[in-house]
Amino acid sequence: MSTATKKSRSSSRKTAAKRSTSTKRRTSSAKKAPIHKASAKVFTDPLVQIRGLKMHFPVTEGALVPRVVAHVKAVDGVSFDIMKGETLGLVGESGCGKTTTGRCILQLEKSTAGDIIYDGQNLNKLSKQQMRPLRQRIQVIFQDPYSSLNPRMKIGEIISEPMYVHNTEPDEAARQKRVRELLSVCGLSPKFSDRYPHEMSGGQRQRVGIARALAVRPEFIICDEAVSALDVSIQAQVINLLEDLRDEFNLTYLFIAHDLSVVRHLCHRVAVMYLGKMVELADCDELYDNPMHPYTKALLNAVPIPDPAVEAKRKHQVIKGEIPSPINPPPGCVFHPRCPIAVDSCKEVVPEFREIRPGHWVACKEI
Amino acid sequence: MTKLLEIEGLKTQFYTSAGTVKAVDGITYDVKEGETVAIVGESGCGKSVGAMSILRLIPDPPGKIVEGSIMFQGRDLLKLSEAQMRDVRGKDIGMVFQEPMTSLNPVLTIGRQLTETLEEHLGTTGEKAMERAVELLGLVGISEPQRRLAQYPHHLSGGMRQRVMIAMALACEPKLIIADEPTTALDVTIQAQILELMKDLTRRLGVALIVITHNLGVVARYADRVNVMYAGKIIESGTALDIYHRPRHPYTLALLKSVPRMDLPRAAKLDPVEGQPPDLTRLDEGCSFRPRCGFAVKKCEQQFPPLEAVKGPHIAACWEKQRVAKSAQISAEKTRKLRKSA
Repeated sequence: MSTATKKSRSSSRKTAAKRSTSTKRRTSSAKKAPIHKASAKVFTDPLVQIRGLKMHFPVTEGALVPRVVAHVKAVDGVSFDIMKGETLGLVGESGCGKTTTGRCILQLEKSTAGDIIYDGQNLNKLSKQQMRPLRQRIQVIFQDPYSSLNPRMKIGEIISEPMYVHNTEPDEAARQKRVRELLSVCGLSPKFSDRYPHEMSGGQRQRVGIARALAVRPEFIICDEAVSALDVSIQAQVINLLEDLRDEFNLTYLFIAHDLSVVRHLCHRVAVMYLGKMVELADCDELYDNPMHPYTKALLNAVPIPDPAVEAKRKHQVIKGEIPSPINPPPGCVFHPRCPIAVDSCKEVVPEFREIRPGHWVACKEI
Repeated sequence: MTKLLEIEGLKTQFYTSAGTVKAVDGITYDVKEGETVAIVGESGCGKSVGAMSILRLIPDPPGKIVEGSIMFQGRDLLKLSEAQMRDVRGKDIGMVFQEPMTSLNPVLTIGRQLTETLEEHLGTTGEKAMERAVELLGLVGISEPQRRLAQYPHHLSGGMRQRVMIAMALACEPKLIIADEPTTALDVTIQAQILELMKDLTRRLGVALIVITHNLGVVARYADRVNVMYAGKIIESGTALDIYHRPRHPYTLALLKSVPRMDLPRAAKLDPVEGQPPDLTRLDEGCSFRPRCGFAVKKCEQQFPPLEAVKGPHIAACWEKQRVAKSAQISAEKTRKLRKSA
């Protein structure tokens, strides 16, 4: 790692420390009133700026000489910011491009167009070599705790590998100490470091995945459906752990998920995607209390509430049709074939993603 | 209403190198005609194995139904011959599986898969079977059913495939449908469509439904009665309102408290069920939930509590029901207050 990045890193640490004290004050006052602590904070300092991000995967035909016949427009012109210290929720149904967006930020996909500016540097323009020090600052937690851990490695090896790769703890003994520390931070007994993944349950494995992400002291973690594969009772444990870690280490999360009630619990702001486009972005409470886009409304209405008395009284407006193919998305507004309030012009005009009130962005012209 | 299905003392075990897994350990419940019964629990609690046992679809070896009886329309399914059982599967009892991709045959057309059931059980063939297949696809809300008959499963989306599964389950007008996590693999908006469809069809056609799920929200929208399972046993059973508003088992209470709710103001912190589910090969005679239970007492170590009546059809297996009741009341009170403030 170059000294320049080291310097900028330590300075960002200092500001992080400052922020943490002010955060503590805020949370203690928030405890008296029954307000969720996530809703009390305001974040203004952008860490990641995504501008016009596009990721088009080519579809090829022909076995010997493949030629490109079409493109899957997985992400099609998405712009948003992730502020330092906040948790941004990214929701949508399968195939809407939320995971691809996360993978583009991680530079696991070479995006087709657009900029990803991370702390002043455009990740899309960096070489592999230049990207390396940044990879230490950006980590990821995957969905499937079964396939994301190497079955032939012991838990201790899995967690110490990133430290070895980035050379953050050159000393073997120090590495082992850090592994034990990380295990206990993530609620696992240090004796797990000699075990293999198959000896652990799904919830325990996900904790290992989290410990591995924390190993190199990142500032930004992408949680890609990190709790979706877990059982309800275990899910709540891991959500609480993610929250505690966020407060303890001043982490910024991009929380990609399809479970809207989990996102509401954990996030400060929420972005909704549909078919490669962003349709709505707002503060968490604002989005859930006052959804504007017809798709967001439908999505919220479709979530069943675990109370039969409430469910009996609720009006269910089931939205018709299926998600169209991202190879050949509908012209105009991508949501118009399923939209209950669509008018003729929606079939032609692509709606602008506009700020309808401070901080609340919607891509619909009929509201 | 008359009882359609009565399961009594059902035990299904798997013999593995790690020991005997008591996947289903003596469950008793019934399903009345036209009723929707939900079976809730976490992965590995035996809810799917319990349902598969009804149709005798347990792979043997390693699995075996060891004890119990499954009375369906006056016959004990466990005493039937394999040939008689074939007649029950798909004809009297339909099944909808979780994964519509793996449970449909990828090399047969939709039409063939639908008519196969009709041929096998009702002897309907040719034109007539095709007509019925079109009718069934229309019933489950598939557009252009005529054209779909010639298509293969991979032509269809996940939601469409699940509709085809439901059409197949309904083909022979069964009295009972068992749906094992019917919407778990689907997106929320599609899940809502499928749930509405199943609710509507089962009510309209008077089909009883056993729905197996881990999603507490789905159960609340859907079920008349709920059985909560933990480590191979039913630990609480009652009407949906009993279970959600007046839980008497600590596990049910903890499960309800652990999910974030969209209709209430955001809680500062979730209240998870601590610890891990038990290893089913190493269960002792005590209550299997006791290591994770906040109400556990000495007695819980010695004896598994029997399922005792709380009120009417509501039953729960816990020695400390009174204390759980108090705690449930407090949290219900809290919920009410929160809703008022919201």
